[in-house]
Amino acid sequence: MTFTDVHTAQGYDDLPRLMSLMTGDEKHGPAATSTLDVVWVLYDRVLRVSPEAVDAPGRDRFLLSKGHGPMAYYAVLAAKGFLPESLLPGFGAYGSPLGHHPDRVLVPGAEISSGSLGHGLPLAVGSALGLRAQGLSGAAVWVLVGDAELDEGSNHEAIAYAGAVGLERLHTVVVDNASATHGRPGGIAARFEAAGWSTATVDGRDHQALYEAYTKPHPGRPHAVVARVEAKV
Amino acid sequence: MDTMRERYATTVSRLLDDDPRLAVVLAEIGKDGFTDAAQAHPDRVINVGIREQLLVGVGGGLALTGLRPILHTFASFLVERPFEQVKLDFGHQGVGGVLVSAAGSYDWPAGGYTHMAPGDVALLDTLDGWTVHVPGHPDEAETLLRDAAAAGDDSVYVRLSAHSNLAPRDIAPGRFLTVREGRGGVVIAVGPMLDSVLTAVEGLDVTVLYATTVRPFDARTLHAGAGAAGDVVLVEPYLAGTSTAAVNDALGDRPHRVLGLGIPRRELRRYGTIDEHLAGQGLDPASLRERISGFLR
Repeated sequence: MTFTDVHTAQGYDDLPRLMSLMTGDEKHGPAATSTLDVVWVLYDRVLRVSPEAVDAPGRDRFLLSKGHGPMAYYAVLAAKGFLPESLLPGFGAYGSPLGHHPDRVLVPGAEISSGSLGHGLPLAVGSALGLRAQGLSGAAVWVLVGDAELDEGSNHEAIAYAGAVGLERLHTVVVDNASATHGRPGGIAARFEAAGWSTATVDGRDHQALYEAYTKPHPGRPHAVVARVEAKV
Repeated sequence: MDTMRERYATTVSRLLDDDPRLAVVLAEIGKDGFTDAAQAHPDRVINVGIREQLLVGVGGGLALTGLRPILHTFASFLVERPFEQVKLDFGHQGVGGVLVSAAGSYDWPAGGYTHMAPGDVALLDTLDGWTVHVPGHPDEAETLLRDAAAAGDDSVYVRLSAHSNLAPRDIAPGRFLTVREGRGGVVIAVGPMLDSVLTAVEGLDVTVLYATTVRPFDARTLHAGAGAAGDVVLVEPYLAGTSTAAVNDALGDRPHRVLGLGIPRRELRRYGTIDEHLAGQGLDPASLRERISGFLR
């Protein structure tokens, strides 16, 4: 399968303007901006997916599990041509496909409907298993979760299972803005490492560091990138 | 004769050989029936361990990639514990799959209430578009499982039970079967309740419809068989009254009365055997006779 090169009509510098077109969900503002660089570097340099390949069986999948504050996600999808910029001002309106939590049935390029925490990682495990069962071994599955979202027990079921069976094409990026109430002794990466994952912890605003963490080889193991950003206040 | 669960394992194992789109997801329970299938299809027989939320989430993820997942565990752990996963990881994602439960409402009375799920069908009634099959015999279970596996991207629930009728009936998926006809009312027997219902209504002038698919509800057959009396008794092996609204919808254009029999909400807090448990719930033939004839009098 060939993937059309992504011709970015717009770049990273356009994202603040695109995000400013979306209003009405200010309570999720910190959640939105925390994911901005993490999502951008994935779509700009890592994921093999494009507006022309949104239905290609062998495309890479990006599952936004942390569905709160999807403005950065929508802005990146718009910048990359998955959805028209003209949709952004309708954010949250009755006639708009862009809700305060994304719906895959409505949003071009969105792989899952999310909002309720703790669903994306199990769905990503199933997606990785499904692609493998169909011989689509080149496709990577990425899922973005928040550090507080890791409190949900369903994620721990997924982390334990994926590590135990060495689900190599599964990748998790944890955006850590220190918003979990009870935190994790030893840090987030330790939880993944104990379950047999490959891990990397980086500055979630440093594009080169993110890229290197994303593309770190991890033979025989799933891979978790913990992207630290400024603490939510 | 094998049990419905044994038939499920043999039938679905064969289907895995024939249909590369199918995948089985298990959470330890029922894995022994898939030992050979797991060797033949290691990527399509998946045991996630004792992780029921993951069981359902993985099923949704498989469906997102185009496979048709078949998920199995006890009803308590398949529908009740991960109910939000059933709601969001299938319906809200716009994908379908097949859930196959065991144990149901009373299959293991000695195991107590932790392993009983009389509310499973009522819970699925809060969601859109689920087909619900309740076979009353292993042969019927095989027919309905094959239909479920081949049902495109539909969401289908198959409720297997250790409680079975003595003989299979010539059922068609989605349709009620008219077992006998009378003029004094209609009794709808769901799945394994048929034998007890037929014993209970001996000598009564009533129609008996046999339902092995309850969602969608076969309103047409009920409407045609309801007769002038408009009296309907439901005998369901799960929460009493689960299908009362469906009967009301089917007969909304005429005067009618409905009695919904099944498992009450209160916990019985008794152990014992299936037969003892059914008697305690008022669902043995003698109790049914009294309740049905009292209502139709």
